[in-house]
Amino acid sequence: MANKNEMTVVNNKYRIKERDLSDRIFHISVLVLSILCFIVILYPLWFVVIASISNSDMVNRGEVVFWPKDIRFYGFQQIFQDARILTGYKNTLIYVVGGTLLNMIVTMPAAYALSRPDFKARNKVMLYFVFTMYFSGGLVPTYMQINNLGLINTPWILLVMVLINTYNLIIARTFIQNTIPNDLYESASLDGCSHFRFFWSIVLPLSKAIISVEMLYYAVFHWNDYFNALIYTSNNDIQPLQMVLRRILLQNEAFANGNGGVQGGYAQSSADQVKYAVIIVSTVPILCVYPFIQKYFEKGVMIGAVKG
Amino acid sequence: MTAVHLSKRKKTSRGIGYDLKKDWQLWIMLLPAIVYIFLFCYMPMYGAQLAFRKYDFTKGIYGGDWVGFKYFTDYFNSAMFSTTLRNTFVISLCSIVFGFPAPIVLAIIINQIKNSKWKRTLQTTVYIPYFISVVVLVSMLNVLFAKSGGVLSDFLKTIGIVPQNANLLGQKQYFVWMYVGSGIWQSMGWNSIIYIAALSSVDVQLYDAAKIDGANAWQRVIHIEFPVLVPTIMILLIMNMGSILNVGFDKVFLMQNTLNKQNSEVISTYVYHLMAPTTGAPQFSLATAVGLFTNVVNFAFLIVTNYISKRVTGSGLM
Repeated sequence: MANKNEMTVVNNKYRIKERDLSDRIFHISVLVLSILCFIVILYPLWFVVIASISNSDMVNRGEVVFWPKDIRFYGFQQIFQDARILTGYKNTLIYVVGGTLLNMIVTMPAAYALSRPDFKARNKVMLYFVFTMYFSGGLVPTYMQINNLGLINTPWILLVMVLINTYNLIIARTFIQNTIPNDLYESASLDGCSHFRFFWSIVLPLSKAIISVEMLYYAVFHWNDYFNALIYTSNNDIQPLQMVLRRILLQNEAFANGNGGVQGGYAQSSADQVKYAVIIVSTVPILCVYPFIQKYFEKGVMIGAVKG
Repeated sequence: MTAVHLSKRKKTSRGIGYDLKKDWQLWIMLLPAIVYIFLFCYMPMYGAQLAFRKYDFTKGIYGGDWVGFKYFTDYFNSAMFSTTLRNTFVISLCSIVFGFPAPIVLAIIINQIKNSKWKRTLQTTVYIPYFISVVVLVSMLNVLFAKSGGVLSDFLKTIGIVPQNANLLGQKQYFVWMYVGSGIWQSMGWNSIIYIAALSSVDVQLYDAAKIDGANAWQRVIHIEFPVLVPTIMILLIMNMGSILNVGFDKVFLMQNTLNKQNSEVISTYVYHLMAPTTGAPQFSLATAVGLFTNVVNFAFLIVTNYISKRVTGSGLM
């Protein structure tokens, strides 16, 4: 009996030793993979930064790899003289602020109404919204409808195109349902509190977390949206930054001072530097607010994960 | 997506009039959303009848003559049918096959990191690309993978993954890899959040018990962490399958050029090109028919995968 016990101990020791080795290999591979991940994600971003302030000829010859060389800020100077970028920025700012505000005004009350357990029609109304997540009329009928509404080529269409997003509606509803106890409403209504009043003075102050998440989702959508501008607008004066970027970066439209792709030679290389600088100028605002909002969007994904 | 009943409703029904009177404030709060959805989602669905009508400029979308399934058969018989369907399927399937496991692996890696500072740094970094707009992403691809002087295409050539004379942006066989690769780069971090959250719910005692039983780190991942992720994986997989024909228009459209068009024209870009062709008249009815066809196929996919998932795992979307 004693012998057998001893055997087990020895066996276990052997096993633990073997385990330690495989664990060490495991942890080393985790470390290596995580560093690899880090580099793969970060390097393209880093490259754009160093390319935007380096001599473009050296960038094109592949000499700029890890650190900027022959630093110059020509690209940035060009951008701040270009009226198109400024117009685009101004328009995008209007669409982001105004659009997000409208989104919230429509989404939050609807989410509140759908979160009421004693609201009889709520399942039917929910189905009315959810169905549109999985089925749509398609591009052409939508275009025709917007044309009938007289919104083609107006700034309004970019403000109201996605006035309410069903997914965002669902997560807001779920949040209100799960965090604000219905007893609170029942006792408030006994004291004569209406839905409007309860929503305004109790629900909204208690929903700061979901409001930030929703604002973030909607704002990022408006900031990045170029599809709706492409389809529904053609007037350069009302187009958002993303459309301006598309013209400059992807369609190689000439820059304000005439340094377009056509002239070749020195002009071409400066045009390239301008491109890198444009990428940075258009992305930096989002990246600047990003560290402050990170905790909110992690929270948002969590709330979204609790399905309605 | 069925709502959870929090309280039992009174059995006695008091008629619609009573409910309206009781809930009128809630209806007012819902009104803007209901009107918007009606105008921008349901009216276009009604307008989808254009797929069965010949579009007549003078009569608008509800006035053309009925032609039955003419535009559907036109599409099925055209050369573009197989091209667009194949490209759409190839791009979607590659995105799912390669893009779906990436965030799971990333989440497991992040969850294993012991050093909290490094963990935080890595998390913050992998989320960043999600906030880059498609336009910027595609222009980054254009400069980083340029035929000559592109720093990443040079790197791939040096280590021998692609031949020396390869043009990653122009040659059509590389399109799908560029699309899928950049997609993984952009959304891997964001998609991993949900898995990381699921992993953080694992009971620490389970790890200790497994250690005592002699499980090594690999076994702990396979037998403890992976099973925790399965329900999340199933739900996300169903949602992905439901949009298998919905290859996002934005990125494909911007990555498209005359050289790779044969492999990059997907259904959504084809609909756009029918509606706003560079030459010739727009074919509104055909575009509507193609869009409607996609919608129906997607819907069918969603129902089928949901059904299978319910049978196999007991959890589904609806």
